[in-house]
Amino acid sequence: MYQALTYPLRRGWAELRNEVLVLPSRTLVLAWIAALLALPVVYGDPYVMRIITMTCIFAIFAASWDLLAGYTGQVNFGHALFFGAGAYTSALLSLKLGLSPWLTVWAGAAVALLFGFAVGYLCLRLRGSYLSLATLAFPLIALGILFAFPDFSGGELGISGLRRLTVTPTGNYYVAALSMLVIVFALWALADSKFGIVLHAIRDDEVAARASGINTLRYKLMVFAVSGAAAGFAGALFAHYLRVAGPSTLEVALSFQVVIWGIFGGVATIYGPVAAVFLLYPLTEWLGSFRAFGELRLLIFASIVLLVLLFMPRGLAPWVRDKVETQCPRCKQRNGFWRKLCRLCGVPLKAEVSRAQRLVSHQ
Amino acid sequence: MLQDILVTGLVNGGVYALLAIGFSLIFGVARIVNIAHTAFYMLAAYCFYTLLTKTGLGFVLSGVIAVSAVTAFSVLCYRLVIEPVREHEAAVLIATIALALIFQELMLYAFGGHFLGIPSTLEGSMRFLGVSIPYQRLLILVVAGVMLAAVWFTLYRTRLGLAIRATANDLEVANLMGMNVNRVAMATVAISVALASVAGVVVAPVFVVDPFMWLAPLVTMLAIVVLGGLGSLKGSLIGALIIGYVEAITVFAVPAGAYLKGAVALMIMVAVLLARPEGLFGVAFEEER
Repeated sequence: MYQALTYPLRRGWAELRNEVLVLPSRTLVLAWIAALLALPVVYGDPYVMRIITMTCIFAIFAASWDLLAGYTGQVNFGHALFFGAGAYTSALLSLKLGLSPWLTVWAGAAVALLFGFAVGYLCLRLRGSYLSLATLAFPLIALGILFAFPDFSGGELGISGLRRLTVTPTGNYYVAALSMLVIVFALWALADSKFGIVLHAIRDDEVAARASGINTLRYKLMVFAVSGAAAGFAGALFAHYLRVAGPSTLEVALSFQVVIWGIFGGVATIYGPVAAVFLLYPLTEWLGSFRAFGELRLLIFASIVLLVLLFMPRGLAPWVRDKVETQCPRCKQRNGFWRKLCRLCGVPLKAEVSRAQRLVSHQ
Repeated sequence: MLQDILVTGLVNGGVYALLAIGFSLIFGVARIVNIAHTAFYMLAAYCFYTLLTKTGLGFVLSGVIAVSAVTAFSVLCYRLVIEPVREHEAAVLIATIALALIFQELMLYAFGGHFLGIPSTLEGSMRFLGVSIPYQRLLILVVAGVMLAAVWFTLYRTRLGLAIRATANDLEVANLMGMNVNRVAMATVAISVALASVAGVVVAPVFVVDPFMWLAPLVTMLAIVVLGGLGSLKGSLIGALIIGYVEAITVFAVPAGAYLKGAVALMIMVAVLLARPEGLFGVAFEEER
């Protein structure tokens, strides 16, 4: 009886020990989730919570960009279009029709999904740099149209006076944090599934993928739509959190920002861009809080990005991961850096090479 | 109005052509999407402004010094920032974005965010076909024409130009033929940034100088380059004229045109891409081998 009761606990502990704690990266993710969920309880400073709320929203945005640009290779320079579409749709619906923000956020994501389809459809024939530069145009076209009809869109000032999703800061924090966790893990699971393998194939060689019987057009459209929907959801959350949907959600600066986050963190990882947002966004806000640094905030941000890039051109997350983990040469499982033998197949991780062998193999 | 459109379109088209051809050149040779290209144009405008108002050098001397200083600086940036990460395309991309942001913030810090006006280089205007054209705009046109001719001469009549074209055509083969492709890339960076900084110097008296002046031409320039075909110089020139005229027509003939001018230009680009994904004069996509 006792054993039956404690079984789930023991099972859970075994899973934790054997699957999570064996790898530094997984331990880190677990600690991060725990810290994220415990923050309002442990340290309820409104300023910190506000920054982390914004960080969570941008993390969704960066992860959605990575699915499209990192996995599928459709390097989108106009990802702000989806963010802005979500923000403006949700803002207009909730303000003009008086709908609850809990509904309009979904409507924002849905409209962004349609925008994703539209952009994806227009860009199906484009590749590489052409695609990047063409997608840069879409948010700017949208911005021009919004400015041409100021009665409808609020022009430069945007649509203000929105309702928040919940009244308390803690509530808003948990809405952002939980939706971030759910969406990021959903995107990660998607990218890790068979679907994600197809995306890798499309990025690496689209012709070969098509020759293998993959309908690459359909996959590209789907990925544009999914990524757009996630970004639109982030945009809608952003609009309701700041209570304003303005032209800044469509600007080139935001599109570039997400590219910086994505590449700085390491593309085609999902967790990389999220980590980059969690490092860079609070860092810039924190720098901005110093009066002496306030004006230099963006300068310091750009310099850090540049310097880090010179040392880790593949991005931050893959670099850290390679430092703390090694891959088993036989079964490709990842192992903690302290292990001598692979934790699954027992093969030595670093082959002992004698000096003579090294000399021979260098020929 | 028709004359206004004709003249404005031609002048703007000339400036865009200077920017777009430089961008196209560096993309063709080194496959670098240089987002910082128009940031150098901004730097040149600021440099020109400082030399002109602080040191009291003449217009010509200030212009020449500004262009050569910015060009030398760009080669330095290329060596220190771009070359170490050349193999990683994504890293090059955000390195150039970061460079542009750094320049913007430095100028913001040094000069403040307000608009700076530069006194006109040439006073007076001439009448042509019933429109009065200020000499300054005429100067832009003449300088653009001269620079384009110089680029054409360099590319098609000198050994360096031959090396640049060969590298653009096939980097590996050019390397095997004994060309120092790194040095060719560096020379291309210098030529391309020199074009951008000339553009910055000649437009500074007409447009306002502020730290964000690089963003609007950046987008237009990218639209032109994609419209004309990446890496194609002829395409960039024709694309620049098309976009210059489209913007002029939108501004003069459409209500609320000033807001829509960018949007219309970009829509033209998207329309062309839908019909011809490789741009007007681009080479059709070569499937990866």
